[in-house]
Amino acid sequence: MKLTMASSPHNHSHKSLSRLMMTVIAACIPGLIAQVFFFGSAVLIQLVLALITVSACEAAVLQLRKRKVWPTLSDGSAWLTGVLLALSIPPLAPWWIIVIGCMFAIVIVKQLYGGLGFNLFNPAMAAYVLLLVSFPVQMTSWLPVSDLLASPISFSQQLSVIFNGFTSAGFSVDQLRVAIDGTTMATPLDTVKTDVAHHLTVAESMSKPLFNGWFGLGWGWVNLGFLVGGLYLLKANIINWHIPVSFLASLAVCSGIGYIAAPGTEPGVVFHLFSGATMLGAFFIATDPVSASTTNRGRLIYGALIGLLVYLIRTFGGYPDAVAFSVLLLNMAVPLIDYYTKPRTYGHGVK
Amino acid sequence: MEKLIDQIKQGKVWPFPGGIHPPGQKQQSTTQAIARLPLPDKLVVSLKQHIGANGKLIVEKGQQVLKGQALTKPSGNWSVPVHAPTSGLISDICPMPSAHPSALPELSVIIEPDGEDNWCELNPVTDAKALSHDELVDVIHQSGIAGMGGAGFPTYVKADTRKAIEFLIVNAVECEPYITADDMLMREHADGIVAGIELMQQLLSPQLTIIGIEDNKPDAIAAMKQAAQHNDSIIVQTVPTIYPSGGEKQLIKLLTGKEVPSGSIPADIGMLVQNVGTLFAVNQAVYEGKPLIERVVTVTGNTIHKQGNVWALLGTEIKHLLDCQGFSPAPQQRVVMGGPMMGFTLPTVRIGVVKTTNCILAPDHQELAEPGDEKACIRCSACADACPASLLPQQLQWFAKSKEYDKLNEHNLFDCIECGACAYVCPSEIPLVQYYRVAKAEIKEQQAEQIKAERAKERFEARKERLEREQEERQNRHKRKPAAKSDDEKQKVADALARVKAKSDDTDSKSAVAAAIARAKAKKQGAELEPDNSEVAKERAARKEQARKYKEQKALEQGEESVDKDDKKSAVAAAIARAKAKKAAQATESQAEAEEAAPVDDKKAAVAAAIARAKAKKAAQAAESQTVAEADSAPVDDKKAAVAAAIARAKAKKAAQAAENQTEAKEDSAPVDDKKAAVAAAIARAKAKKAAQAAENQTEAEEDSAPVDDKKAAVAAAIARAKAKKAAQAAENQTEAEEDSAPVDDKKAAVAAAIARAKAKKAAKEQAQSDESSEQLDDSSDTDDSKPQVDEPESSEDKKKAAVARAIARAKAKKLQQEGNDKS
Repeated sequence: MKLTMASSPHNHSHKSLSRLMMTVIAACIPGLIAQVFFFGSAVLIQLVLALITVSACEAAVLQLRKRKVWPTLSDGSAWLTGVLLALSIPPLAPWWIIVIGCMFAIVIVKQLYGGLGFNLFNPAMAAYVLLLVSFPVQMTSWLPVSDLLASPISFSQQLSVIFNGFTSAGFSVDQLRVAIDGTTMATPLDTVKTDVAHHLTVAESMSKPLFNGWFGLGWGWVNLGFLVGGLYLLKANIINWHIPVSFLASLAVCSGIGYIAAPGTEPGVVFHLFSGATMLGAFFIATDPVSASTTNRGRLIYGALIGLLVYLIRTFGGYPDAVAFSVLLLNMAVPLIDYYTKPRTYGHGVK
Repeated sequence: MEKLIDQIKQGKVWPFPGGIHPPGQKQQSTTQAIARLPLPDKLVVSLKQHIGANGKLIVEKGQQVLKGQALTKPSGNWSVPVHAPTSGLISDICPMPSAHPSALPELSVIIEPDGEDNWCELNPVTDAKALSHDELVDVIHQSGIAGMGGAGFPTYVKADTRKAIEFLIVNAVECEPYITADDMLMREHADGIVAGIELMQQLLSPQLTIIGIEDNKPDAIAAMKQAAQHNDSIIVQTVPTIYPSGGEKQLIKLLTGKEVPSGSIPADIGMLVQNVGTLFAVNQAVYEGKPLIERVVTVTGNTIHKQGNVWALLGTEIKHLLDCQGFSPAPQQRVVMGGPMMGFTLPTVRIGVVKTTNCILAPDHQELAEPGDEKACIRCSACADACPASLLPQQLQWFAKSKEYDKLNEHNLFDCIECGACAYVCPSEIPLVQYYRVAKAEIKEQQAEQIKAERAKERFEARKERLEREQEERQNRHKRKPAAKSDDEKQKVADALARVKAKSDDTDSKSAVAAAIARAKAKKQGAELEPDNSEVAKERAARKEQARKYKEQKALEQGEESVDKDDKKSAVAAAIARAKAKKAAQATESQAEAEEAAPVDDKKAAVAAAIARAKAKKAAQAAESQTVAEADSAPVDDKKAAVAAAIARAKAKKAAQAAENQTEAKEDSAPVDDKKAAVAAAIARAKAKKAAQAAENQTEAEEDSAPVDDKKAAVAAAIARAKAKKAAQAAENQTEAEEDSAPVDDKKAAVAAAIARAKAKKAAKEQAQSDESSEQLDDSSDTDDSKPQVDEPESSEDKKKAAVARAIARAKAKKLQQEGNDKS
């Protein structure tokens, strides 16, 4: 009888890479829904564009590298990168923004470093930073929540804006951003930052229609959506608790200290936690296993430092949000962190 | 300690990090009692079923054996015997595929059962308490018991540990999915196991014995608690079901909260772990006298019709187990020996059950999926979370792939227990354990090579140093030589001497002396005529050889005095000597008085003998004799020595004949021991000389013995020297050569040689007054240490041998002189 030989173990948990990636993508859905609800369905267009671009880029590079295309593409890691990038950019950004971002993320940040598992930086965040630095206008042109828009825009108009730059009626994104009261709307983080710079108190800034008293309209809900998705990932044992918890705790502590020190110019803990990309960053970005720390102690340090950087950049830096920068900076520190946080192996350090 | 025991008694456990929860799959094999199988057609009993050396085979093909009869007996190095599992005929003893991942063939005894199943005589012990520690350990040893949990470590070694054992831990965890052999054994034979535990307690006197059982075996827990009720020092501890809690180190942590330091064994921290199956076997061995010939094996997997446990005789082919339980193989069937996590697939079902075989798993592809393709590692660290040793498997994997062995060591690769938890959880299906195994093997190999290289380097350096030292010595020697005479001059002088002597010696034995001298000189010439390089080369070669023998020689050298270690060699030497002695005796009726210049060690002795012989021959030749040469006492070993000896003998004979003296050769007087041999040799030489003289030929030093290689060179040198001496003696030497006799070491030997040579010279001089006194040999150096230039070149080969030869020669010379004195 011919028997098959195999190396132990002969059993497997049936966890798979693609299932893992798909679970993470699925966990983005609550946040995505919130975004669609508050900011319009343009984000779905960006999502489709992103998925097409990442698939094409990944396939092309794999072909060039003479790897099997489908087995690698189907692991879903490229799609996850596309999804995260699509969720990060302004929904009405021109189509080439997401295309350039996805190309950069997949071709340069991921595949040129050796493909999945070899990339030093988080591809989505590296692409985000590239776009932010290269196209600051397009990348900061967030619309206010739909309710505040002077003229609500339809899906086809959004499509037109993304591909042509103007709605069928000839409005540009900048014109669309004009709110009911005639002022140009910025993101809550941006608004607070600008107002504080103009010597308004946070309380005064937060009294604007953009806010609901605690945090920016819509943004809070989006963050809440990602929090729910993140908790699901924790529950499903896809991510470890270390990074999100230390990230959020660090941000909360820093903003709390800031608020106590300067209540007039500091928006406080809740605002920081539910503004910008905080929850997306904590559960979906910083936990990217490839570029994050791999030891439990290292993850705590990694998350805490990201939280600290996010707070510092938001408060003292030139950009309104800081998750992408913070994550990239800490990506660079990962090898060092990992090296110094090796767990104690059984039987070592005992007498 | 007290606190710890209290905590343990209260049921506290100390969870280890990591671990996984694979599906148990145990219930299907626990529905039936342990079954008995019909006898198989044949049993393949591997001699090696444990960690350690094989026992020594004590049966042979065609022999009838009884059940329980030992097939091997232990012979050190953790060897453990194996026994015939049933009565029958040994049909063959040959290598068969082994129950090992490699399936490399191991020597196996193949038994055809006769169906009688007759036990050999058993010696059960009724009162184990009456047995001493050693007796009990011996029973365990002779019963062939080795760890039955999987490692196969000889139980007697553990039982005989010298370390103080605080905790005896009984491993009844059986954490691998599917396997229920220990579970069923505990359910059915808890009393026997506890009896085994108590025997171990008797041997080790631990403070506490903890039986660790996973909480998925309630029946076994109940049975064990029941059986251990009477013994307060035994605790049955229920531990949570998590793989790999049955790993020795994990179990220790789990039950006592202590960790075995890396690189240590549990006994170092006062722990000793035994598997329940092993303890049952100990009980059987002691109380029933039955050696380990069978064990419980779980036969399970979806392709098996009757999943369950069976008592399998060791050596039962897996095929028999599968057939008996019903087996419908799937395409690409895997048959795993052991569990799904750490077991190994078998290449064939024609492999015998061994002492460590706890499970035969024949899964289909639904229950245990075939491994998928390896994908990229995403550093998710699921492996690190699962690792019970707190390693970083994904890091190790990167390092293993890039062969960064230093990093692997730094990350404690060798603390990996290969439990497979990491590979089990890996979403990329990376065969992590396989990478570690390969890396471990490579590192071990590399380390072995490093050690080898270091040794080689040491050797090289030692050699270099030696060469340098010797070169220095040589240079010193060279410096001295020119002072005496240039090579050419020496030759000429020697030639002249030889010629003169040869002529003048016609009447007396002087001619022989002359001849000898001539020969000696000729040799020198031979050596010296050649470019010095050859000498150097010879010396170097000699030194190499010396270096090899350096140690032994060193040891032997000092003893001197006829130390014949190797009978053969000494025998040869003796034989040679005797032969010579006879001849010599005939030629000269002088009675030699045993000088003690005995060969130093065997080789030397042989060489010396050879030299002596060679000289005798030459002398004979010089005496223009046409030889008969019936070399009688051909030496057995040392080919060269033997050859030399033969030659020597032949020559000696010839010489004797030529010397027309009608010796009756009273052979019987052959000297038995070295001294005598030496004496005889001396006599022989003396005779040879005489013969030579009688033959009044003027030798022109035919230089036949040009050394071809080192050994020969040495021999030749020795010969030359010896001859010179003889010649000198023969020449009615008036040298009295007080010659403190037996040279103790090389120097003395050298001195002696020098003396001998000096004498020879004198003799020659006297006889041929016309001699060129320039003969740089130090005439007056009867007793002092003038450096013997004569033999130097040739002696380069093997100094020691040469020295020995010289010593012999000298000794002989002395005798001859004495003889001469007597006569005169």
